[in-house]
Amino acid sequence: MELKGYESEALDRMFAALADPTRRAILARLAAGEATVTELAAPFEMSQPAISKHLKVLERAGLVTRGRDAQRRPVRLEAGPLKAATDWLEEYRHFWERRYQRLDALLEELQG
Amino acid sequence: MSTVVTTPSETQIVMTREFDAPRDLVFAALTTPDLLKRWFGADGWELVECEIDLRVGGRWRFVSLGPGGMRMGQGGVYTEIVPALRLAYTESYDDQWFPGVARVEADLSGSTTLVTTLTFPSREVRDLVLASPMERGINESHNRLAQLLGEKNELDA
Repeated sequence: MELKGYESEALDRMFAALADPTRRAILARLAAGEATVTELAAPFEMSQPAISKHLKVLERAGLVTRGRDAQRRPVRLEAGPLKAATDWLEEYRHFWERRYQRLDALLEELQG
Repeated sequence: MSTVVTTPSETQIVMTREFDAPRDLVFAALTTPDLLKRWFGADGWELVECEIDLRVGGRWRFVSLGPGGMRMGQGGVYTEIVPALRLAYTESYDDQWFPGVARVEADLSGSTTLVTTLTFPSREVRDLVLASPMERGINESHNRLAQLLGEKNELDA
């Protein structure tokens, strides 16, 4: 469970990026396909520069990339790092679920 | 019924789980040493020592025995006790596998739903806890231990 420095930093950036509801909404939108900044800004009451700022955070966390097309620069979801983050959550959930299943069995017995 | 884990703020982990039992019984299972010993150890860990001084300011201390004879001690102080409804306490580990002290709140106000909120000293500590489940070291030694004991682990049932 020793985390190397760079892994720990990458982790910090990712969870920090995921901690914001606007950024999570952006990722959810991108899960449906790539989009331009204008398209991403549309559902939010936010300026394009504000959305761009969120995108920079997501980019630094490795969660999205920008296309090369100079005009549109479409934003794409990078599934890899996101999956790593959800895997950790899932593993944590799994650990507690097993523990709670033991509690289920005990509670059932107590009510027997 | 399954456990839902969320991270509503950058220092918290929230676990929500429904139980098919009255909440006073769930509360008893969280606060009675004889009952805790029967469920709290999970995935190769067994709770072997369990001391509870159930009053505000009272201490709790658990010692668990894990794979390969690994000992893990954890404990803290109760900060709020409302029977069958709420339990809050501090929690830290002897070996400081995460730095500092966590605050834990177990809430049963939603009838049979147990909502456990863990609050850590910083985002970094919270992330460390998420990224390295408490079963550290367990996956690799779990099968070995099961073989050693020559019995199927009941948790896998």
